[in-house]
Amino acid sequence: MQIIETGNTAAALGVKLARAQVIAAYPITPQTPLTEKLSEFIESGEMQAEYIPVESEHSALAICIAAASAGARSFTATSSNGLLYMHEQIQWAAGARLPLVMCVANRGVGAPWTIWNDHQDSISQRDTGWIQIYANDHQQIIDSVIKAFCLAEEVMVPVMVCYDGYILSHTHMPFDVPESEKVDAFLPPYRPPYALDPADPANLNTVTMPDGRADVRGDISLGYMEIRHLLQRDMMEAVPALNRVEERFQSVFGRGDNPYVEPYRCNDADYIAVSLGSLSYQLHDVVDALRDEGIRAGVLSVHLYRPFPDRIIAEALKGCSGVVVFEKALSYGYQGPLCSDLKSALYRHAESRPFVANYILGLGGREITTQDLYEALKASCSPEGSAGEETRWIGLRFL
Amino acid sequence: MKSDNIEIRWHGRGGQGAITAAKIVAKAMFTSGYTGVVMVPTFGTERRGAPVFTSLKVSREKIYDLSPSKEPDIVVVLDHLLLEEEDITQGLKHDGLVVINSPLAVRSYRFNGSRVAVADVTDLSVKAGLPQGMVNSGIIGSFARAAGLVELDVLLKTIEDEFIGRKPGENSRAAQLCYENTIMGGL
Repeated sequence: MQIIETGNTAAALGVKLARAQVIAAYPITPQTPLTEKLSEFIESGEMQAEYIPVESEHSALAICIAAASAGARSFTATSSNGLLYMHEQIQWAAGARLPLVMCVANRGVGAPWTIWNDHQDSISQRDTGWIQIYANDHQQIIDSVIKAFCLAEEVMVPVMVCYDGYILSHTHMPFDVPESEKVDAFLPPYRPPYALDPADPANLNTVTMPDGRADVRGDISLGYMEIRHLLQRDMMEAVPALNRVEERFQSVFGRGDNPYVEPYRCNDADYIAVSLGSLSYQLHDVVDALRDEGIRAGVLSVHLYRPFPDRIIAEALKGCSGVVVFEKALSYGYQGPLCSDLKSALYRHAESRPFVANYILGLGGREITTQDLYEALKASCSPEGSAGEETRWIGLRFL
Repeated sequence: MKSDNIEIRWHGRGGQGAITAAKIVAKAMFTSGYTGVVMVPTFGTERRGAPVFTSLKVSREKIYDLSPSKEPDIVVVLDHLLLEEEDITQGLKHDGLVVINSPLAVRSYRFNGSRVAVADVTDLSVKAGLPQGMVNSGIIGSFARAAGLVELDVLLKTIEDEFIGRKPGENSRAAQLCYENTIMGGL
């Protein structure tokens, strides 16, 4: 059924359809309407789940960790400093190999305080061992949430579904809500490989020695490094696993596409813009305008950011002479994180390396005008487009 | 960039229902075959009574650019006193349209080259049985009459669906009354 609603509602409907059993969340702008919606679904009996209000984001994720350890399909959502406050538990959830799903309505981080959109919050959690998926519109939000549970439970790695605060979270647009029976067929109830049971008490993730040793039962436990190696191995395994999830999704719902990247007019492109989230779609119109002028430009939207599908991205950029990365996040003291990751992918996989230019924009909700994007991309669409390796900023106005 | 979008900017006050009005029009236009409808509220720390606006873009195709309208085709004003506080016609296209809820005559308004549509939505909505100050369903009726983009019956049905349990009949009646009592002028 097609409805016109906000991105937060799309996310909430996805969580409802996925039949999450435990939800713990703390309200923070612009995520709040998502969790309000879920609490309404539960209060009205439309959704069978336990909603646990908490006093902080740290507690929200701690409860999800506990619930998932006991075998429940669990969900939380946050933004900005709320996500940062979870940071310790974020690392824990990944190390404990719990298949949680979390939505991040992307917002800039303080100080100074901001409630508006950029990607610094989720990007700053890049190295925690969570899978990160970025959605460009509401259809991708609701579909990604449903797929995220499936992927998380297959590889036992938690998944963050990220979407732009306000720009998507509060914007209304049409999207299709999948039928409940189909979602049930796609995503059967969660069957945990191990669940805490009061009848059989156990300690989980206690102090782990550098080397493996026998536990109280005489079973050999792995050392810390082996356990962490398995997390890395399974993160890499999430790349092909996501494709399997996508294929099943397509067979059930008849829609979906490349789950890693979304290329637009990239096939014969000399210059390709790369970005995450709704900005990628804004660049579609810019590329159309440049094409009308005879400039062969394209856009590559990156959906899967961790694990980073480096080979797939290098393949998608094959043959172009310039790559222009537009980012709403920064590794302070260096450059945009996506830009660094992309260069690394090209270094390893590209036969001939294109130049890579990097623009930082839209931090803390600074409006990104399509005209600004057009001018920046056009300036970069020339052999001299990389002039200067410096990261450039769009839209700065020092008075 | 794309010129085939129709952009409608809605000006109201926090709590007045401009976003709901734009949402109803979005739904009605989607039903009428516009596959691209995107309603982007202003992103702020809104307070009740403060000026707010929301952008509605409609197109026959999917809309990829979510940035706010800079050059709207149509501006809808839920409270005529906003004209004293805000430059509501900023960026309005030369042959644009301004729809105003106002007790004043249409000849009181002149926006360089634009058509103007006026109805006393506040008064007509009370006549339709709504409490004083509820104008968001009524203004949609005026919009429908002036813009001619969506059929009245589709709109009234959408209003009734939106206001289930919240005086759907009165809201629909307000839109109908405003549709019938909208006076065109300007240029």
